[in-house]
Amino acid sequence: MSDSSIPTTAIAIAAAVSEGSVSATDVLEAHLAVIDHGESEIHAFNEVMVDQARATAADVDARIAAGETVGPLAGVPIALKDNMCTRGVATTCSSKILEGWKPPYDATAVERVTAAGAVAIGKTNLDEFAMGSSTENSAFGPTKNPLDTTLVPGGSSGGSSAAVAAGFAPLALGSDTGGSIRQPAALCGVVGFKPTYGAVSRYGLIAFASSLDQIGPFTTTVADAATLFDVIAGHDPRDSTSIPETLEATVPHLDDGVAGLRVGVVSELMGTGDLAEGFEPEVLAQTRAAVDALEAAGASVQEVSVPSTIYGLSAYYLIAPAEASSNLARYDGVRYGHREAGAANTAGMMKASRTAGFGPEVKRRIMLGTYALSAGYYDAFYGKAQKVRTLIIDDFARAYEHVDVLISPTSPCVAFPFGSKDDPLSMYLNDVATIPSNLAGHPAISVPFGAGRDGLPVGVQVMGPLLSEARLMAVGAVLEAANPGKATA
Amino acid sequence: MLTTDDVAKVADLAMLDVSAEELATFTPQLAAILEHAADVEALDLADVAPTHHPYPLVNVFRDDVLDDAMSDVRDEALAAAPDAEAHQFKVPPALGEEM
Repeated sequence: MSDSSIPTTAIAIAAAVSEGSVSATDVLEAHLAVIDHGESEIHAFNEVMVDQARATAADVDARIAAGETVGPLAGVPIALKDNMCTRGVATTCSSKILEGWKPPYDATAVERVTAAGAVAIGKTNLDEFAMGSSTENSAFGPTKNPLDTTLVPGGSSGGSSAAVAAGFAPLALGSDTGGSIRQPAALCGVVGFKPTYGAVSRYGLIAFASSLDQIGPFTTTVADAATLFDVIAGHDPRDSTSIPETLEATVPHLDDGVAGLRVGVVSELMGTGDLAEGFEPEVLAQTRAAVDALEAAGASVQEVSVPSTIYGLSAYYLIAPAEASSNLARYDGVRYGHREAGAANTAGMMKASRTAGFGPEVKRRIMLGTYALSAGYYDAFYGKAQKVRTLIIDDFARAYEHVDVLISPTSPCVAFPFGSKDDPLSMYLNDVATIPSNLAGHPAISVPFGAGRDGLPVGVQVMGPLLSEARLMAVGAVLEAANPGKATA
Repeated sequence: MLTTDDVAKVADLAMLDVSAEELATFTPQLAAILEHAADVEALDLADVAPTHHPYPLVNVFRDDVLDDAMSDVRDEALAAAPDAEAHQFKVPPALGEEM
């Protein structure tokens, strides 16, 4: 932040705005100035919501002037991944098929951050329909990594991670289907958290793979991630997969520490055996250093095998495309989005609209999913993948009999150059460490820890069983305090 | 082994037009992904139950009452449609001539 009177973390901004020492409008204008300076090079946003954000900030200031208590995110700018519906503001999924579409309603997560006083500042770029690990699949051009603009920011929520890393907003929301929050967080040197499946409502999140998708925060600190998670989490009757039980707040557990905690290092994700290929030695070294830091803080450490994780990638790349092929059938040019002109009949119009509207990666996954679900192949592909999902859940359950959390690298590598993974399969291999948590529905957090190749940030992943978010925040806070790369990240 | 004919058929099922050039690109890419996914053949899955959903929720119901929350957005929703008439979505003839 160039304006030194504006605090950098969401917690500090909300405190300052709430006590009246700085206005939400001043906070917003300071961030708009940073965006104005850097956005043309980074391209984190599909749209900066300048007018709407100014109106929201003015409303926050008016409420504070009237003596109201605004909420835990009072006046904090937040960037929203452009696959979350915002009423009256274009929501595109970075796809030509939804270009210019303005939803008639807000996503529940958007409603909740706004109710907590946050100021939505813009819609962030993503791989088209969240399918990718680099934002190179965006129909509107890639986002660049603010740490080095020749490198990808990761994906699919690359716009959200870049926005936080570049100081465009202290908070962002992303969605994580196979690692799309955690991997870009790792590559941009910020905190990224995927909650338990069902902890955050998916209402208004445009569906990719419905049994895997989950909304979560990008932040610069673990405490901010806990604060934002506590705001967006909780039951929503508009999402039938939303967890009905009351969820534990995570903020009170930030200082719990790790004394006596049992930490497991996932041997299959530490560059040995079948998955050895692709794990950079510096990434593995930092992950081991992070484990040592937890041990020094009082945790006990053991190596743990989660054998079926090596099949996670295969199961994921059948299940996610299968669900996507079904979810994306709704884009047919009838009710919203792009309609190709000139077709003589409805079926022809639908086919022409889909062909013109979807990019190559989306078409690839729709075809893969259609194939995996088609007669004669369902049992061999989709049915088998769902059984592998059970094996992974069972393996995790066995591991959690002996340990409280599991550790691995978030991404096998640090940020990579544009165009360097042009073969789809090599891009998919990026998700090998993040996918198992999605298949199991478990929470996982990526915390920056030290530097890897070329001084680029490394993300360490902490995984836990269902609804262990408070524990993950406590572990994340310890790693954050011990992070040797703090000064550069 | 996946053939270009297989991919052409799948594209048609998925309501996508794929050119011969695209077929030549997509076919080996999809074949490579399916080949990678075939590593699950090594697993004995005969007695394993499939997981459809990661959190154990079943039969999620709500009371059968009208939710008015979206009642005021009909015009907004129709305004986003490529074509609309008389408060309905409008499409080309369903039984029109083949393209």
